[in-house]
Amino acid sequence: MAETTQPLLPAEFADLAPFAAKWCLPTEHERFAMRLASTMDEMQAFYDAITPRADEAMNYCDNFALDELPEDATNLLHLLYSMIAVSFPVECWGQPHVPDTGAAYLDLLVEPGP
Amino acid sequence: MARWPKPAEGSWTEHFHLRTEPISYEDSISPAFYELEREAVFKRAWLNVGRVEQLPRTGSYFTKELAVARTSVVVVRGKDGEIRAFHNVCRHRGNKLVWNDFPKEETSGVCRQFVCKYHGWRYDLDGSLSFVQQEQEFFDLDKDSFGLVPVRCDVWAGFIFVNLAKEPEQNLLDFLGPMVTKLEHYPFAEQSERWYYRATVNSNWKIYMDAFQEFYHAPVLHAKQTPPDWSMAAQQAGFEAPAYMIDGPHRLVSTAGIHPWNLDPKMLKPMELLTRSGLFGPWDAPDLAYDSQAAGINPAGCDPWGLDSFQVFPNFVILVWGQGWYLTYHYWPTAHNTHVFEGTLYFVPAKTARERVAHELAAASFKEYGLQDANTLEATQTMLESRVLERFPLNDQEVLCRHLHEVTAEWVDDYVKAREQVEV
Repeated sequence: MAETTQPLLPAEFADLAPFAAKWCLPTEHERFAMRLASTMDEMQAFYDAITPRADEAMNYCDNFALDELPEDATNLLHLLYSMIAVSFPVECWGQPHVPDTGAAYLDLLVEPGP
Repeated sequence: MARWPKPAEGSWTEHFHLRTEPISYEDSISPAFYELEREAVFKRAWLNVGRVEQLPRTGSYFTKELAVARTSVVVVRGKDGEIRAFHNVCRHRGNKLVWNDFPKEETSGVCRQFVCKYHGWRYDLDGSLSFVQQEQEFFDLDKDSFGLVPVRCDVWAGFIFVNLAKEPEQNLLDFLGPMVTKLEHYPFAEQSERWYYRATVNSNWKIYMDAFQEFYHAPVLHAKQTPPDWSMAAQQAGFEAPAYMIDGPHRLVSTAGIHPWNLDPKMLKPMELLTRSGLFGPWDAPDLAYDSQAAGINPAGCDPWGLDSFQVFPNFVILVWGQGWYLTYHYWPTAHNTHVFEGTLYFVPAKTARERVAHELAAASFKEYGLQDANTLEATQTMLESRVLERFPLNDQEVLCRHLHEVTAEWVDDYVKAREQVEV
């Protein structure tokens, strides 16, 4: 099946393909949940792979109008959002959740596209 | 050595004629006081329930659950363009008129008229009763006197307010006063990209208000959100506001800012450098043209300027950032020790993916900090309720906390006195 599936990301970003299925998530709710459900090793590997490509990824997406992004560029943008989601555990906490926030939550119920 | 001059009285607290002794938090743990607050504060003050952009066209509506006042209101844009509010209850047998699936959850949408799910009574957007199922079965039913029950509603600077009093003691502009109303010169309408966060928090509503009306806590509670070089510098410096203002029941704290792009990169997180954004917002601010003096913003004339946080009594905050965006907070009490917190972020709509990514980091940072603040509240509430301690010392950078509790007590006292006079 795999070879007939359309790639999620633009061809220029094929190196990020191993992370696409897990991290191309359209909502903050999904990204935050995936962060909490991931190990630090997984998030570090994703962070290490995408941060050197992030500037190029933003440039790539900016070849299109934001409201007319093709699907693969939209996926790439969602991957950048996930990069931001994992940056807090990787850069600050050394663990998936914010320390000392066991009882707290904050749901994002309305968010802008794409 | 203070970085910012204090008023001539030697402190902000004395400048505003507030007491300096330790305060009681009985007003945040007492069920009896909460019962008084419901009547004295939340059924007398103007309450912000949203913005006009949430009602873009004829028939656009949203509901707002006001558990503190034991009601729900529906806010709707009529055929004449006017925004009106009604108690969300059908005149026939008292069913909640507008809801989906779960009666206690808020909803929004667009409709031509409101139809009760129970027996199909219909109401026009102006609240008038337009259709009664099997009308001939009723006894002398005068449809004109069975319209929806109106709630006082007014709009200022695009913010929709309601007042649950039958006859509000002040109109909206008088209630808001000059410090707040000057903000109408700020370009809110241009910032229509909306991010809406919500949580139930296990603390009294004023305890969370307090958390976001002082920044004394910021270098400590949030120390690990920033690289060690930044955190150490922030803790050594402590926090001082360049200006506080009080106008009637409302408060303002202003802060100085930073230009992150001028800092040593060691002070910043790699993600901030990569996306040119952070908690304070996108580094590349949109071009918002407004007269900050006319708008009453940045009263100390800081350059760079950080933010102004307008604490609008009782439970509404407008926080305007130097980096060209704003956010609002609402704290809706549900009991003496619980409330619903809403945080809403507004940006000029992103035109490019790069701008949208910068918004994403600002919003994600807001949540990361907010989670730390929210969890601390539950820890505070439970120990306040232990009543092991009865008095708590507040410093001069916590002056706005002191003011909120004093103003709330004044409103409750006024209400109790007025009620006693009626009874005598």
